[in-house]
Amino acid sequence: MKMLNRRSFLKGGLAGGAAIAAVGTSKQAGAAGQSFGGYPDSMGVLVDLTKCVGCRTCEAACNKEQGLPTPDKPFDDLSVFEEKREGGLPRRTTEKAYTVVQKYDVEGREHPLFRKVQCNHCNEPACLTSCFVNAYKKTPEGAVMYDPTVCVGCRTCMVACPFYIPAYSYSSAINPVVKKCIMCYDTRLKFGRPPACVEACPQEVMTFGKRKDLLKLAHQRISEKPGAYVDHVYGETEVGGTAWMYLSDVPFDKIGYDTHLGDQPIISYVKEFLAIVPMVLTIWPALFTGFHLLSNRKDALKKEDNKS
Amino acid sequence: MNSLKSQGFAPVVSDRKKDGSEWTVKEKIMLGLSPKEYMAVQLRNPFNWVLWAIYAVGLPVLIGRFIFGLGWVTHSSYDYPWGLFLGWGLFTMVPLSASGFMMGTTVELFGRKDFKSIERLGLLNGLLGYLFAVMFLQVDLGQPWRLIYPMFVSLGPAAVLFLVAWHVATYLSCQVAELVPAFSEWMGFPKAKKFVKSIVLGLTIAGIILSTLHQGALGALFTYAPGKVHPLWYSSSFQWFHFFVSAVFAGLSMLIVVSTLTKWFMRWRCDENYLNNLSKLTLGLAKGASLALITYLVIKIIGIAHDNDWQYLATGWGGWFMFEMIVGVILPLIVYTMAVRNSNASLARFGAFLAVFGLALNRLNTALITFNWQLYQEIPHWREVVIVITVYATYIVVYRAVLARMPILYTWKETK
Repeated sequence: MKMLNRRSFLKGGLAGGAAIAAVGTSKQAGAAGQSFGGYPDSMGVLVDLTKCVGCRTCEAACNKEQGLPTPDKPFDDLSVFEEKREGGLPRRTTEKAYTVVQKYDVEGREHPLFRKVQCNHCNEPACLTSCFVNAYKKTPEGAVMYDPTVCVGCRTCMVACPFYIPAYSYSSAINPVVKKCIMCYDTRLKFGRPPACVEACPQEVMTFGKRKDLLKLAHQRISEKPGAYVDHVYGETEVGGTAWMYLSDVPFDKIGYDTHLGDQPIISYVKEFLAIVPMVLTIWPALFTGFHLLSNRKDALKKEDNKS
Repeated sequence: MNSLKSQGFAPVVSDRKKDGSEWTVKEKIMLGLSPKEYMAVQLRNPFNWVLWAIYAVGLPVLIGRFIFGLGWVTHSSYDYPWGLFLGWGLFTMVPLSASGFMMGTTVELFGRKDFKSIERLGLLNGLLGYLFAVMFLQVDLGQPWRLIYPMFVSLGPAAVLFLVAWHVATYLSCQVAELVPAFSEWMGFPKAKKFVKSIVLGLTIAGIILSTLHQGALGALFTYAPGKVHPLWYSSSFQWFHFFVSAVFAGLSMLIVVSTLTKWFMRWRCDENYLNNLSKLTLGLAKGASLALITYLVIKIIGIAHDNDWQYLATGWGGWFMFEMIVGVILPLIVYTMAVRNSNASLARFGAFLAVFGLALNRLNTALITFNWQLYQEIPHWREVVIVITVYATYIVVYRAVLARMPILYTWKETK
């Protein structure tokens, strides 16, 4: 219920009418400082990067499950790892690939490290909180869903996503939409089954389960084999926590993870502005009417004098 | 037209001709010229030749955007979802159009009737700027026909963009209402003018509220991307205030720029009252703008101190930031101050050009140039640039057309 309180508080603050804002804030004032920690029984995936061999089976499984177009290069073609996008950056998710594997050559490591990228399904998603048509939904199962039928195409979600995940089908003139991983929600997750990529992985890199259990498992693995992992579960706290979490034997900042995201969900950076909205709506009318009366007082006095 | 006037041509200034008969709407649209004369004037104007050249290239590209999609005119970047359409068309044009609420506040709220002769230009600059910001938005949106979805179909009221959408829409209607008097004089509907006069204070205060919030909200949109905008251009506490205060000096400076252009190129349409007061009013606007500039400078410095971003000043981005602040803020501040002290309107006009440049640079820096500063620099596709020029040219065409007709730069002579 924490989350409901906070959401309605935000909605109250922005509803446009001063009256609504006043009611919203007074009712929910106590909840203002709280942050949404996630649904208690939401599911997640723990990715053990040390186990990944870069076979791209997960990419193929995703492509099939989501009915995505056949890619230019087949999924057993490993030359894609050498492809660079602008800025010399590794490949990223696109409108045709909701998950991609990246390869990192790490100094001192025997084999290259492979990193699987897809939507991390944040507890409090930036895409969701930035959307002005409410196209995004965080399901109690943990998936961040997107509704293409209401999307206007402003692409603020892409600006807001700290992980650079959502892609957009720019090529379509009639019906361009955001394209991203939905954790196989409608075909698998809502029936309690793991996403296609998790199930397809021959190396059992990924573990599907309740997020809170996965966290225990992750810390257990770290403490059981000292030195085998960096002592950090990426996604445990980043931007308020994510459903997909990662274990690595290489410091995360060396393999393309942004380690400066902080623990606050993205919406917390926007709140300082959201807080002034009801203030401006309520204070400005009286304040500026007052200014008007003040600056015109001489004229008003003159009129009074003329009357008497 | 200026040369035509020097040859004795008298433009429409009231609803009756010299001989006492009424102008028809068609004649008013033709500026009181015969169709043949009107065409000749249009063909003779070298600025129109430039416009035709722009349209010859730009219109096919603009139409192509709606046939082949955004992918045909942009680089379809997933990392840079926003390009020039919003960087220029929304984030730069909206603050440059803040003149509407500034002039409304000055004249109607503070009772500075001495600014009356430039008030309507300020209002029109506001209305058209917003209107074309929406046009740019329509070019940029993936599904422009769903523009009203955030209003009526699927509401996301906790999002900053929701506020922007609603406020820009209501403020547009507000500005239309504020310009009804000019339109009603020109068309000859005195009732409409009377009605708007009775609610003008309410409209003005609504304008201040809506402007404070949506100018600020455009800044707050970037607080969704704390790691993507360079720290020197980002402040989660002050972003909205930076955008709001800079909109104040930008709106005033843009009004000086536009009034200067009218003085140069549309002198035939300006009446004595407008021309005689312009230098004095320019200095008045300059005074207001310099107050906003010093406020902006201080709050920018506080923003850096608040987030402790001093170390970035010594980097390459820091140098770029200093350039923006010196050329776009401190220099216009000095120029404006000197202009006001010495009552030198030409100097104030130079300062206004600088301030407008500084504002545009700030918005493009925030939205495009320093955005994704840790990734790579996105250079807009040439078709994107062509469309921006085409839409902006249309803005100028509409602007000029309204100025040439409605009583903005001149006072309508009531004959009834």
